[in-house]
Amino acid sequence: MRVLVIVSLLLSLSACTQVKPWERGYLANPNMAWQPMPQKSALDNHIYFSKEASSGGGQAAGGGCGCN
Amino acid sequence: MKKVLLLTIALILAPMTQAVSVGDKAPQFTLPKLEGSKKLSLKSYRGKVVYLDFWASWCGPCRQSLPMMNDIRNKLKKKGFEVLAVNLDEEPEAGRAFLKQFPVQYPVVSDVEGKTPEQYGLQGMPTSYLIDRKGKVQLVHVGFKKSDIGELEKKITQLLKKK
Repeated sequence: MRVLVIVSLLLSLSACTQVKPWERGYLANPNMAWQPMPQKSALDNHIYFSKEASSGGGQAAGGGCGCN
Repeated sequence: MKKVLLLTIALILAPMTQAVSVGDKAPQFTLPKLEGSKKLSLKSYRGKVVYLDFWASWCGPCRQSLPMMNDIRNKLKKKGFEVLAVNLDEEPEAGRAFLKQFPVQYPVVSDVEGKTPEQYGLQGMPTSYLIDRKGKVQLVHVGFKKSDIGELEKKITQLLKKK
């Protein structure tokens, strides 16, 4: 009985709802992308990584020699 | 007390309706056409093999599926095949613009509120249901690739042969 009360209370607490597959129109808008310009961000990452001269500085792959 | 609790739980769980699957009767609906003010219902297509297609202008694979289904529909229309497309754009204007770019000859209705996909328990976009002449769902197809079209056409032709 007590478990039932707790479970029902917990279920009614959830404030988040799932975004249904057909409700993703606004999310599919290009303005909603993390990176509006993928090519530019790849270049930025590459330069950042090169200047930092260590691996893990950015997202670009490399050995950390600073030469790539 | 116990009754009230059970009722509460039942009400909380109620929206989690089951998705329509093969063998189920296709749920009925009546929706306004995307262009114009006429209304169409699924019921009026009983006796035909219907390809019920849920799509939206922002959905990538729909760019391929709509023109391809239009070809099949025009080819098999005389044998009793029809496509009924349900546009799920929250702004119907976007759907209309899409159809200008990719015109189709089959009927397109609009469901802005998304009640029909809720009723059908859509799992992804696009999803289509192949309904036989008796109104039973015979195929549920989620997503769309160009290579799917052969299999779909085969199934449609099979269903058209059944009376």
